[in-house]
Amino acid sequence: MKASGCLAANEWICGEYVRSRSEELVDATVQHVWITLASVGIGLLVSFPLALIARRWRVLTGPVLGLTTVLYTIPSLAMFSLLVPLMGISASVVVTGLVLYSLTILIRNLLAGLDSVPAETREAARGMGYGQTRLLFAVELPLALPAVMAGLRMATVSTIAMTTVGGIIGYGGLGNLIVDGMRTLFKAQVLTASVLCVLLAVLADLLLLGLQRLLTPWTRARRSGGGGRFRVGTARRQKEAA
Amino acid sequence: MGTVADAWTWLTTGSNWSGPSGIGVRLGEHLYLTGMSLAIACAIALPIAFWLGHIGKGGTLAINISNVGRAVPTLAVLGLLMLTPLRMHGDWPTVIALVLFAVPPLLTNAYVGIREADRDVVEAARGMGMSGPQLLGRVELPLGYPLVMTGLRSATVQVVATATLAAIAGGGGLGRIITAGFRTYNTPMVVAGAFLVAVLALVLEAVLVVAERLLDPMRGRRDGRRGRGRGTPGDDLAAPGAEGADVPPGDRKPAPASL
Repeated sequence: MKASGCLAANEWICGEYVRSRSEELVDATVQHVWITLASVGIGLLVSFPLALIARRWRVLTGPVLGLTTVLYTIPSLAMFSLLVPLMGISASVVVTGLVLYSLTILIRNLLAGLDSVPAETREAARGMGYGQTRLLFAVELPLALPAVMAGLRMATVSTIAMTTVGGIIGYGGLGNLIVDGMRTLFKAQVLTASVLCVLLAVLADLLLLGLQRLLTPWTRARRSGGGGRFRVGTARRQKEAA
Repeated sequence: MGTVADAWTWLTTGSNWSGPSGIGVRLGEHLYLTGMSLAIACAIALPIAFWLGHIGKGGTLAINISNVGRAVPTLAVLGLLMLTPLRMHGDWPTVIALVLFAVPPLLTNAYVGIREADRDVVEAARGMGMSGPQLLGRVELPLGYPLVMTGLRSATVQVVATATLAAIAGGGGLGRIITAGFRTYNTPMVVAGAFLVAVLALVLEAVLVVAERLLDPMRGRRDGRRGRGRGTPGDDLAAPGAEGADVPPGDRKPAPASL
């Protein structure tokens, strides 16, 4: 009786809520995860060629970065609302909006990462007979990985947070529960969904950090000696680029 | 295209601009909320950032605050605040949420700006006998100014966006036009509201870019100095070891020059 009392009393923390609505919570979390995955995945696919174009033709660097920044400035609620007449009320509205936001961070970090590859390394690879494509995939991208992964982590974390805004049109994963709970003043629902959302962000960040460690074993040796040399370097270069 | 035309008609209808829930009032609310929250956030974040940057401590704190700020959904904070007894107090839940999300970019950027002011120049100024406050006011602040302003711009973008979201939680501002449109299945109204919000965000950003250039304490001198600095070969080599704080690259919003 005590447990069900917390639902009736509208308490913040309520085990009964988690038990009785576990299906709803799981569904929302699953939706949240796939919206995030789709957005960041597509964002990465779109930003990769854009970054390469911006690097190949330096005249385009300014316009590409400028345009993505302008998109980033538009508030999420407005972005989703503007996409609704184009795509109807569907998950693609949310995914498109989130993809557009992720481009800002991803392109910036891809460029910073590729720019951080030492010219001598590039020369050496070219001297060994590497062609453009092989140079890119075998030398430049691996060396750019720390910056790219840093961008991917940031994009993922902010995408998870921003997915909630999709709740306004019913495609916001845990955001649906937050919006609904706000309307009905259901405290346990808002708090549980919010906490799950933050946990999801932390978990995704840790997973990507682990992936980064696995993919770039050589930075660890350097980091222990140089105190985060790599990241400081990219931050610096980033500032100079800006 | 029909929706866009309808949205335009909605925007150009005079009666939609006046009245207690007209565009005029909503715009006023939005600007008031944005201005007030930014002022409070600056009053909280900047002194702390300047002080921490000046004494060179608390780097991890400054960086982590901005990471936490990115992970916590604005909507969640708005929702939670709206369900506290605070919601009886008008705009306060909204203002608190806005301040919470404006502080991290302000704090982090201002901290890094002060901290990364050219150490040689700071040493020289100290050698000339400048006191702590003099050093901060005459050397570190002018040198760190671009990043402080970058923080202010990020914070403004964040606050304008969050103030829009506040409408979902029953707050005022232009977001109300969007949510009201959704509630009444009035798509032209939704689009018109979203258009207004987007324009407001972009205009505020542009105003800040211009203000940044006009108010620069080193106006006209910065670029020449930077150009020379970049030319010296030792400059790049000194960079990695010079500084402990590693700000994720994305925290640097692009400078107007890249536009």
